[in-house]
Amino acid sequence: MPGAIQSIERAAAALRLLASTGRPLALAELAAALDLPRPTAHGILRTLREVGFVQQDPGSALYTVGDGLSSLSTPGWDRHDLRSRSMNWADALAGGTGCAVFVGVPEGRVVSLVHHVFRPDGSPQRLRTNETVPMHATALGKCLLAFAPLVTPAARELDLHRYTGRTCTTPAALESHLAVARRRGVATSFAEHEPGIGGAAVPLRGAGGLAVGALAISGPVEHLFGSGGTVRTRLLDQLTAAAGEISVTLGHS
Amino acid sequence: MSERVVAAIDQGTTSTRCLLFNRAGRMIAVAQREHRQHYPRPGRVEHDVEEIWRNLVSIVPAALRRAGLGPENIAALGIANQRETTVIWNRHTGLPLARAITWQDTRTDGIVARLTAEGHGPLFSSVCGLAPATYFAGPRLRWLLDNVPGAREGAERGDVLFGTMETWLIWRLTGGPAGGVHVTDVTNASRTMLMDIRTLQWSPKLLAALDVPERMLPRIRSNSEVYGVCSTVLPGVPVAGALGDQHAALVGQTCFAPGEAKCTYGTGAFMLMNTGPRMAESTHGLIPTVGYVLGENVPVYALEGSIAMTGSLVQWFRDSLGLIETAPQIETLAMTVPDNGGCYIVPAFSGLYAPRWHPDARGVMVGLTSYIDKGHLARAVLEATAWQTREVVDAMNADSGLPVTRLKVDGGMTANHLLMQFLADVLDVPVERPLGSEAVSLGAAYAAGLAVGHWSNLETLRANWHRAAAWEPAMDPELRRREHANWERAVDRSYDWVIPS
Repeated sequence: MPGAIQSIERAAAALRLLASTGRPLALAELAAALDLPRPTAHGILRTLREVGFVQQDPGSALYTVGDGLSSLSTPGWDRHDLRSRSMNWADALAGGTGCAVFVGVPEGRVVSLVHHVFRPDGSPQRLRTNETVPMHATALGKCLLAFAPLVTPAARELDLHRYTGRTCTTPAALESHLAVARRRGVATSFAEHEPGIGGAAVPLRGAGGLAVGALAISGPVEHLFGSGGTVRTRLLDQLTAAAGEISVTLGHS
Repeated sequence: MSERVVAAIDQGTTSTRCLLFNRAGRMIAVAQREHRQHYPRPGRVEHDVEEIWRNLVSIVPAALRRAGLGPENIAALGIANQRETTVIWNRHTGLPLARAITWQDTRTDGIVARLTAEGHGPLFSSVCGLAPATYFAGPRLRWLLDNVPGAREGAERGDVLFGTMETWLIWRLTGGPAGGVHVTDVTNASRTMLMDIRTLQWSPKLLAALDVPERMLPRIRSNSEVYGVCSTVLPGVPVAGALGDQHAALVGQTCFAPGEAKCTYGTGAFMLMNTGPRMAESTHGLIPTVGYVLGENVPVYALEGSIAMTGSLVQWFRDSLGLIETAPQIETLAMTVPDNGGCYIVPAFSGLYAPRWHPDARGVMVGLTSYIDKGHLARAVLEATAWQTREVVDAMNADSGLPVTRLKVDGGMTANHLLMQFLADVLDVPVERPLGSEAVSLGAAYAAGLAVGHWSNLETLRANWHRAAAWEPAMDPELRRREHANWERAVDRSYDWVIPS
């Protein structure tokens, strides 16, 4: 077994120190207590600050434990913060692709819709925010299953209800779809939930690259998919770019 | 041929932004920079217009870089700005004589009280459509003339110029001391208390009442015409659109027909309704204003209702009460309870604005019982925004005779779907959000693009408007009636709190 990674040990020691002292600490105090040169201690604290585990008072420059540490046990973003940060890019994505746009987060065994932008074609549509959709039959759900495995159920735990002739109804079939999604970086649904309607979804990532939700475009399968059943490049590029921009606002570097 | 886009500057209260729009009205790049708020004394809020100019100089190239475009790709530049913020500067040096007095600043209360005491109130109401108030630019200009050394003499000699923010920026863009164009647009001019709202010219009577030298005033132009050509920042690009921010949002939301209305939800909320070529008199506490004037076309008038506290109440809930960490989380908190539990908040923090206009009211929270938790308070905060909108809509329906049949909304608070649904419920009309919530900037771009023929007509712009979301009313009418009555009783309790000293 390889040895412990020194910088992680030092970071853990710095966090213990900050949490146990109960008052804000200066860089010099932390460096002395950890027996480290100041530039080394500063590098560790700066990294911890960037991931949200440490915060620094802008006036006094003193360090304390950050909010990110206390929210470790509640993964993901507040759903309304997520909507607020997605809104402009989701609008641009709907405008650019002519598709409806959804943002979804895992909620037990289903996907909860956090945000919905209408397909910009003037057709009557109903706002679906706060509704849920099944995981195994939608692009959003398959994206979360593929890219956020720790906060979603395993394929065998899902009720693989048949919605259309194309729905994955066995864990093996679903697993093979998820493997393709992981390989391509995008999950798709080819009329697997509603006849004629398809979707493509990519993960939204927060700090450290953790998937905190999924961004999807949805529309008629012939609009979304080219020959060979893959998502049209023009649409996929816009979807990926929008997810990248939203992820930046969520702390993904 | 390379891509042609229109640039918009949104010179707002807290920041200045540059947005680029393509022909479909979609934003393709944005750059933004905040400026400092100066609070030299209670009730005073100032901006450094040189800082704002420097910000503009840095954000325009930043937006172009982001889009991979150069000045040669820009068909025209339009400006939307915070209204009523007032600046004076020396035309030879280009230097302001003082920091700009912003629209939130209340230092002109003495001047306004004197105008009213001297019996000028009816004159102002009949000529410019505005009753004297600290809200408008004219009294600020008078304050600067009275209090800044050299201002009055300089203005009378023709050395000192007055402007609102669009005037300052257009003057700088078109050369500043070296031949800068000194113009304002009809919507910004309509908020000075100095313009005759029927002739759309400076009123000699009002200038005399406020003792303002006419020489220092910019020429009043339409909202959509080439004012001049940029000599810097975007060299060679025509400056072809300027509107006050709320008027810009009316255009950006394509409210081109009488009866169409939009409400922009930011710190406060501003609702404008197109009343067509006829100026609607208000007997219900609204402000008749110029909606927009596009080039040589006939003026379009509007009724305006402003609500002081909407987003700022959420900010107070976040920053002063600390009940939420971010503004969007108020929706999360509100969703922990099914209703307001009988609690109502009337946010009359600085009195009540339209349509009630009670400066002596102060905020109240009523209906408190042991049952109430922070989730109910969050609901009451959001519901206050919806009920205040309802009061403005009721007043507009009464004044215009054109009932609002749907409301177009924009601004940051439209991210709050719980609020938007409640708004549709209490208004009993559908509420619609357009794709792209940048209605203010888009309106400035539209005005500029129309002037240079980038867009041919209003129908083209209407076709660019796409519904991104719609909320349909779903509240039981009996519940709506009961909740409305409760809100009114809560508002009654906010009246007459401040005792005149």
